[in-house]
Amino acid sequence: MMNRGDLTKRLVAKLKKDEAVIGGIGNTNFDLYAAGHRPQNFYMLGSMGLACPIALGVALAQPERGVIALEGDGSILMNLGVLATIAQLKPRNLTIIIMDNGTYQITGNQPTATKDTADIVAIAKGAGLSNSTWARDEKHFEELLSRRFDDGGPVLIAAKIDDKPATGQTVRDPSLIRSRFMQGLGTGRGGALDA
Amino acid sequence: MSWSDAFLGTLKENDVRLVSYVPDNVLKPLLAGVNADNYFMPVSATREDEAVGMVAGAWMGGMRGCVMMQTSGFGTLPNVLASLVVPYQIPAILVISERGTMGEFNVGQALVARTMRPALDSIGIAHHTLDDDKTMPFVLDRSIKQAVATQSPVAFILSPLLTGGKTFKPS
Ligand SMILES: Cc1ncc(C[n+]2csc(CCOP(=O)(O)OP(=O)(O)O)c2C)c(N)n1
Repeated sequence: MMNRGDLTKRLVAKLKKDEAVIGGIGNTNFDLYAAGHRPQNFYMLGSMGLACPIALGVALAQPERGVIALEGDGSILMNLGVLATIAQLKPRNLTIIIMDNGTYQITGNQPTATKDTADIVAIAKGAGLSNSTWARDEKHFEELLSRRFDDGGPVLIAAKIDDKPATGQTVRDPSLIRSRFMQGLGTGRGGALDA
Repeated sequence: MSWSDAFLGTLKENDVRLVSYVPDNVLKPLLAGVNADNYFMPVSATREDEAVGMVAGAWMGGMRGCVMMQTSGFGTLPNVLASLVVPYQIPAILVISERGTMGEFNVGQALVARTMRPALDSIGIAHHTLDDDKTMPFVLDRSIKQAVATQSPVAFILSPLLTGGKTFKPS
């Protein structure tokens, strides 16, 4: 089985063009933070299920930038409709990565529907995201990410991961996160106060 | 000029391009106008919180947006407003067509409508009830500018006094 922290590091190593990454609630954004902060990272401190809508908004506003949503299985199950919305809009620059541990891990490892029954890739394909794939192992995951992120989307990659907890904790300051993210995307006002 | 044309004109003057929505009958002229005008980027969302997430992402990416919804759609929003829009200081623009008052025939609509202003007040989101086509463009224009300048969300409630609302034939 793959590991979220490890996969997230492999993803970040593939980012060469200041791609924006939206880390979903809980472990997903903690491991994004632990993989090394980048100015183009956005960390969600709530709003379960909204990593893909936020990423879609960024992708629409900045069509030349690659945008990646990192989401847990419990979270995407809460908001499956967004997969249909994304399939309709076909943003070329959007990639979705689902870290599927079959549980709501952060609330105490309660099983999700993906544990025994629901198949996220099949659901995504059914929603119209034809370019949706299960990563078989770490090497395959990296192969699937060996592409440009600003074209060829929308792409969904799902990975079955182990039950290890996240390896870090994001700073819990929403306005700081938003302001730094906007600076990272070139849309912030922060520059005016930089020394 | 119709209230809906004036409304869309004011959105345009304020660079509000992304319009994400879940449909409603009263919103029909706005949605038709948005879909007929290349300036706008209309996105039909499956849920109102999805639409709010999208508008938040677009704002951070440099594009202004609004969410159009019915009163019952607002009922799905308190969590995303309290966990994303308000704490992250996103000037999301919420446009809510008001059901549940002045001739409502569906008790569920009448009940959810009563939660709307208290929910907005308790999360601290400014809201304006638009009920007059003469003052509407002024209120809309100034309040969008205020939202952006102060990085705070704002809600516009479209009263049946402005839109005509939705009526029914009693059986
Ligand atoms: C709307 C809403 N419902 C429930 C919760 C509680 N909650 C927070 S994280 C979480 C589990 C997320 O599961 P998943 O996306 O699979 O990530 P994992 O914890 O497994 O890494 C839950 C249920 C919440 N924060 N918001």
